[in-house]
Amino acid sequence: MLLYTRRAQRIAWAVFAFFFGLLFVLPFGVLVLAAFTRQWNGAFPSSYTFSNVTAAFHKDPLDGLETSLITALLSSLIALAVGTWAALALDAMRHRAGKTLIQTVFMLPIAVPSVVVGLALLVAFSQGPVLLNGTNTIVVMAHSILVTAYAFQQLSAAITRLDPAYEQAAASLGARPYYTLLRVKLPLLLPALTGSLALCFALSMGELGATAMVYSANWTTVPLRIYALDDRGHQFVAAAVTAVMMTITLAVLLVISRIRTRANYR
Amino acid sequence: MSAVTELPPTMPATPGGRPATAPNKARFSAVWLWSTPPVLLLAAAFLYPLYLVVKQAVEGSPPDPSNPFKVTTSFSDTLKDPGTRTVVKNTIEMAVYSTAGCLVMGFLLALIIAFVPFPGARAVSRFVDVFLSFPSFLITVSIMFLYGRVGMVNHIVSSLTGGAHDTPVNFIEYSPWGIWLAELIYFTPFVMRPLLTAFSQLDSGQLEVAASLGARPGRVVRQVILPEALPALFAGGSLVLMLTMNEYGIVSFTGAKYQTLPVLIENFAKQQTNYAGACALAVINIVLSLALFGGYRVLLARMSGGRRAAVHA
Repeated sequence: MLLYTRRAQRIAWAVFAFFFGLLFVLPFGVLVLAAFTRQWNGAFPSSYTFSNVTAAFHKDPLDGLETSLITALLSSLIALAVGTWAALALDAMRHRAGKTLIQTVFMLPIAVPSVVVGLALLVAFSQGPVLLNGTNTIVVMAHSILVTAYAFQQLSAAITRLDPAYEQAAASLGARPYYTLLRVKLPLLLPALTGSLALCFALSMGELGATAMVYSANWTTVPLRIYALDDRGHQFVAAAVTAVMMTITLAVLLVISRIRTRANYR
Repeated sequence: MSAVTELPPTMPATPGGRPATAPNKARFSAVWLWSTPPVLLLAAAFLYPLYLVVKQAVEGSPPDPSNPFKVTTSFSDTLKDPGTRTVVKNTIEMAVYSTAGCLVMGFLLALIIAFVPFPGARAVSRFVDVFLSFPSFLITVSIMFLYGRVGMVNHIVSSLTGGAHDTPVNFIEYSPWGIWLAELIYFTPFVMRPLLTAFSQLDSGQLEVAASLGARPGRVVRQVILPEALPALFAGGSLVLMLTMNEYGIVSFTGAKYQTLPVLIENFAKQQTNYAGACALAVINIVLSLALFGGYRVLLARMSGGRRAAVHA
């Protein structure tokens, strides 16, 4: 408690409501409004329609949605596997230089702009023995690299918070390291695993910078299609596709968070 | 893109209670063996390509006799170009101003959520968590509807003034303030999240003691809350500084009259197929954001160790 008079509290709440409404609620409200707008010539839309939303389920945006879902699912699973492995390795590593090496390598994709991650893949795989330019693999690769850093970060934070007593108890009862890992550590980490799966999925769904560098015509994710729609002046359809994308992302996040709650009972 | 909800854990100095593993040779090499695959994988997929970017930036692109129209660039050409300098200046300026705005706004909002609680405060902080996973370009799309040249605010203002000006509000298209506003909206939650965590660990008894001793709210904020929140504020701020420097979606969606490094890199590589120039800009961008990140780690390490826990919890 910071403010004790009723009046001061009311002022603080009014300030909060003003900024929160202006910065967060209003932009979202307008986006939803635009998704259902046919014509917008005055302060408010003059006529409404469902056709933007139905257009979002036509061939082009639907292809994009499929592409985005496959890309996000694949890359977040890859990221989870590699990131968890690296986080466990970091935990097991007692050598200081080794720890620094793992941390640096896995933090780098966050410090490097996503556009540069895309550029690097473009430079490396447009020539030489492995040609990936224009394939869907390079898009999944870019997304995986970007989100692996986040998975690693979340998992290593969760591992340092883990109570070592469980692991020690298992070991003292004669459990071998891999058994301890599979039966003790990973189950304890399950909430963190699903949490970072959700984060990676959401990040991959909204990724634009790296994808803009490496995408090809037959593997174009939703954000790029929204960009194209916006660019060609179809703002309302773009808003509708954005709304559909966010709804689907939130639905997937909800499903993932249900796994999390069930895991917490263990 | 991007949503970091937690900051990188600083080197855990052998957490308490862990058995000090005997320096067993066999176990030692097993750990190294176990650590190699993920590092190698990322090295092949990312570090090697990154090395090629640096290599191409340094070498530049040699003149190609078969293609006289090919742009030839060297690293020093790109560095000397006044256009590059403007863009570097833009990038740093935008990052600094956005971060400053996010710090002020994030501190204010988190302060009210935590210490002037109202019904629904929990729901608001959940909303902040979800917000972190939204794509950034969405903000630009929606503020275009609001403040764009044919947006809502323009219609309202011009109907109020009786149409004296055609478009009274046009900062989105003709000034960098639209980008600033979008970055303020998108990155403020990144400051709020660690702050809310830090505030929840603050003993509220301290505030009551300070208040009962006669400290006014302003003084309590300055002398009790701010010192406790400083590490979290600092951590959130440096993260936002790095993310705003690397932001692509927000800047490119506004129509690129105001260019920052990531947008120019994309433009060089995709529109002009000037890879050497794009690589040179990429190196500049990486150096800038690594310098910020390194500076942040060093400063964080210098701050008192006990407080660091609040940031990472």
